[in-house]
Amino acid sequence: RDFNERCAQCSEVNWGLTDGGRFYCRSCHNVTERTREVVNTDFITNARVQTISKGSRKQAENDGGCEWYVCEGFQLVLKKQVEALEALGVCPQMKDEVLCNFWRCYLQKTKQAYCKRPAGETVKALSVCESSTDVDSDPERPSLLHLLSLSESEGDLQTDCSFASSVSKVSESTSVYSGSVDGSLYLMKNQKEKLRMTMPMTLSFCYMALLWVREPITLSELLRFVVEGHIPYLNIFQHFPEKMKLCGLDLKIFCVESWPVYEEVFNKMHELAAFLDLPRFPDITESCFLHPDMLCMKYLMEANLPDELHNWTCRVVKKTGIGEVDFLTLTPGNKSKRKVKYDVLAAAIIVVVLKLLFLLDDHYEWLLSEFAEERNKNNTEVCLFYSGGPYFEFKKWYEVVKHSLDVEQKKLDEERAKYQWRCEKPLFYSVKNKSKVLKRRQMVVNLQNQFGKLSGSVRRAEKPNPSSFQLSWSEENTDGSCFHGHSLKGILQEKCGLLTAMNPDYWLCTVKLCNEKLCGHLAHYKEVEFPQSYHFVLGLFSFLLRIQPSYIHDEVCMIEHKLFNKKLCKKLKYNTVLRK
Amino acid sequence: SSNEHKLNFKKSKEACLSYIQDALLQKQWKRSAEFLTCYVESLEKDYSREHIGPSEMIWRIGTEILWHHSQSNVKEFSCFMEQMKTLGVKRYLKVCLEHVFRLLCNGHIDEAYQNLSLAESWRFGEQTAIQDKEMKLIQAYRGLLDYCSWSKQKNILLEHGEDGFSDLAVEREMHSYFRKAAVNLKEIIKIPGVWDVFVKCYVDLLEFYGDHNEARQVLNEYAYNSKFPANPNAHVYLYQFLERQGESKKSLISALKILHDIVPSHELMIDFNTMLQKSKKRKKRRLGLEVIFAALDYAGWKENAKAWSCLARQMKQIVISEKHLDWIKQEWNSRKDWWPGFHFSRYLAKRNWQENKSLSYEKALVAGILLGKDCKYFKYVSHQGCKAQLKRFRMLKKFVTRHNPVYLRISG
Repeated sequence: RDFNERCAQCSEVNWGLTDGGRFYCRSCHNVTERTREVVNTDFITNARVQTISKGSRKQAENDGGCEWYVCEGFQLVLKKQVEALEALGVCPQMKDEVLCNFWRCYLQKTKQAYCKRPAGETVKALSVCESSTDVDSDPERPSLLHLLSLSESEGDLQTDCSFASSVSKVSESTSVYSGSVDGSLYLMKNQKEKLRMTMPMTLSFCYMALLWVREPITLSELLRFVVEGHIPYLNIFQHFPEKMKLCGLDLKIFCVESWPVYEEVFNKMHELAAFLDLPRFPDITESCFLHPDMLCMKYLMEANLPDELHNWTCRVVKKTGIGEVDFLTLTPGNKSKRKVKYDVLAAAIIVVVLKLLFLLDDHYEWLLSEFAEERNKNNTEVCLFYSGGPYFEFKKWYEVVKHSLDVEQKKLDEERAKYQWRCEKPLFYSVKNKSKVLKRRQMVVNLQNQFGKLSGSVRRAEKPNPSSFQLSWSEENTDGSCFHGHSLKGILQEKCGLLTAMNPDYWLCTVKLCNEKLCGHLAHYKEVEFPQSYHFVLGLFSFLLRIQPSYIHDEVCMIEHKLFNKKLCKKLKYNTVLRK
Repeated sequence: SSNEHKLNFKKSKEACLSYIQDALLQKQWKRSAEFLTCYVESLEKDYSREHIGPSEMIWRIGTEILWHHSQSNVKEFSCFMEQMKTLGVKRYLKVCLEHVFRLLCNGHIDEAYQNLSLAESWRFGEQTAIQDKEMKLIQAYRGLLDYCSWSKQKNILLEHGEDGFSDLAVEREMHSYFRKAAVNLKEIIKIPGVWDVFVKCYVDLLEFYGDHNEARQVLNEYAYNSKFPANPNAHVYLYQFLERQGESKKSLISALKILHDIVPSHELMIDFNTMLQKSKKRKKRRLGLEVIFAALDYAGWKENAKAWSCLARQMKQIVISEKHLDWIKQEWNSRKDWWPGFHFSRYLAKRNWQENKSLSYEKALVAGILLGKDCKYFKYVSHQGCKAQLKRFRMLKKFVTRHNPVYLRISG
């Protein structure tokens, strides 16, 4: 092809292309990082990508629209998303070299493009009805309602009666089932065979690409940016060009009415990586943002905890081996290796450290706090200056953080209740209910204007700037609400030249881990069964990461079992407190 | 994986609704408007499976907010209601009625009338038949407004009549309003229900034009037809009509008897007792005693001097005649455990004496007969009265002392 460089290993110029789109030397099979120049990922008209034998293409009927395939739609979605990521500061290579190739590989594997005989050949595009009488008589053609029921998610769209009513009219006319050519086929495809593309999966693609280039954005952050609107997801069809008409079944595919869930995106990403036969991802080393040492530092800051705790998180990481390159780096297809949730892992490490130092049994931590309070009272300014910060008081920290957390949680709850799901561009299932939809839209706008005026406050038009930190604490605050510089000396002691915690005890979250494959969790978290302090700490990170506390609890259990592996093997009784 | 926490459209709107509810309950109109603005997009989704859909929610919530919010005015309100009318055909007439009701509350009679006329002419396939009841109500209210116009014309006519003018135009208009009103009012009161306002107006019309028979029939139907819900006012209206017509005491008493059965504490019980006391028939007098005792069972009557004077008068008469002491005994039997504390405590004696001497006089008489001259109430009041050298209290003391044996017979 065009690539004329000499191979680094054998100095030959004999290049081929891997499935992943990378160049490899045919002589010595050395795979490079270089990829082929990206094809214009803009919207491709007339679907040169597929060759499908069809009947007459009724282009004129679509009033200015053109024919487009579902995968083209998703391609556009991905393009928009990755552009948004670029605007957030992600390196451009991610779009041009990584995501693009992942996507093309996917298209190839699912036989939608880049292969000799695409699966779409057998499509009798349902959007083009040759004759109206055939619709009912053809036994192979599935009913529309059947197609609707196949889709796993977005159940709400199913209940839209305006659609159901138009279904009955379908047999009488040649109304279009979907704006896309293969919308109906898309929903019909057997999901178990191949990974059918969905909107949440676009985020899996993004995350996969981010992980490949090891960008400092965690999955929880990515999802948060999506919800905050910095990355297009909801109503993304607004960005489709005019020619790409979206209606009918397309809505089921492209219009979402729920936010993606961490687990879903995460699991899909791994499935995808395996499906695409990707090799081992680039190593996550200690200097990477996603490495627990780095992430812990970030989360410690955000949780307003003393910087000194970082030593402890590093020690835990080292002792349990979860900082090892092999543990952290993703190897697709390796089912025995545990899939790493970097953000959840880091949060869990901090929780374990807090348990190590403060026990968090609703008694000890408050006791320690009282001691610290006493010492702080007795110390003079000079003492503080020399000994590096006041004694860390758990109670004060709890009060400050809880207050901020409550405020933010309340704000978040209200935002969620106020969320606007629809946009100006209206959706209609068919041309028939277009006028009804438009009328409704008009009424909604009128009502919004009328009551908006009575609201008193001006609704903020722009979304806030994306930020990596949701809670921030400034050391300059004289009210002592920032705990970064506080010292742990009150709770530590020196033994054999090594700093250890004064707390001699530890309680395990669970003595036996569940089989994750069977019940989906390593342990089952019920708030009432655990101390309030533990619940609070879980709640704090649950808020920051926007996930359920039970997921953090799982990781905590996992870490604990690694940490206390030897002692556990001695078969301790259930819920005994361990002596360290 | 569990999807219960998955945030979707439906959950988000449910949360929104609960915020609206909180704000409404705390009368925070701005805040509820804020959240309602976010809720309205629910209209674009179908909720036909839910019991109450977003359009009904928005109608009800929006009405409340616009009604109470300081910045909203009638024009905005009407504009909103018009939109709500288009939202739900099944609710059309209900929304019209609510709109009219609110307009009337604000005194916009003309606009209300226009809306009623418009609504009356509404037709929508089978919905018209289904919403028949609402339609009757609409017609009834229009009839009511016609009555108001009639009333106005009548007053003008009466004024002119005094001046010696006769105004044919006004008279004609008045009659035309009468006809319009009568037709509609007559219709609605045929249906079982509580139609106080309509009945009163209709009867007023009938009486003016001299159709007393029809009026009597209407009132009888309203009061005695078992299909209609029990309504004390029906009996009051009937009684008042009969009174106006100068009917015999017998029919008046029978009208009030039912009222006593339904609402023993009704204010007309005083009139009733007065009538009964004067009756020659023993049974009626007996009933009278029952009626007045029953009325005074209610806390609202505790300080009603007139009522106490009725009771006192009748009891005095019985005591003097020494006949029918058993009547008092019968009535007192069920009350002797609680009336003393309820009416005749020392605290009340003091208060009654301070606030209303007539009241304390009447009560003291009753207390003296029922509880004897040594009871707290009587002792205090008569002592105070004699100290103040009021003649009637001295007479009272003498009377009760003289008839003290009666107390013994009653209480025995």
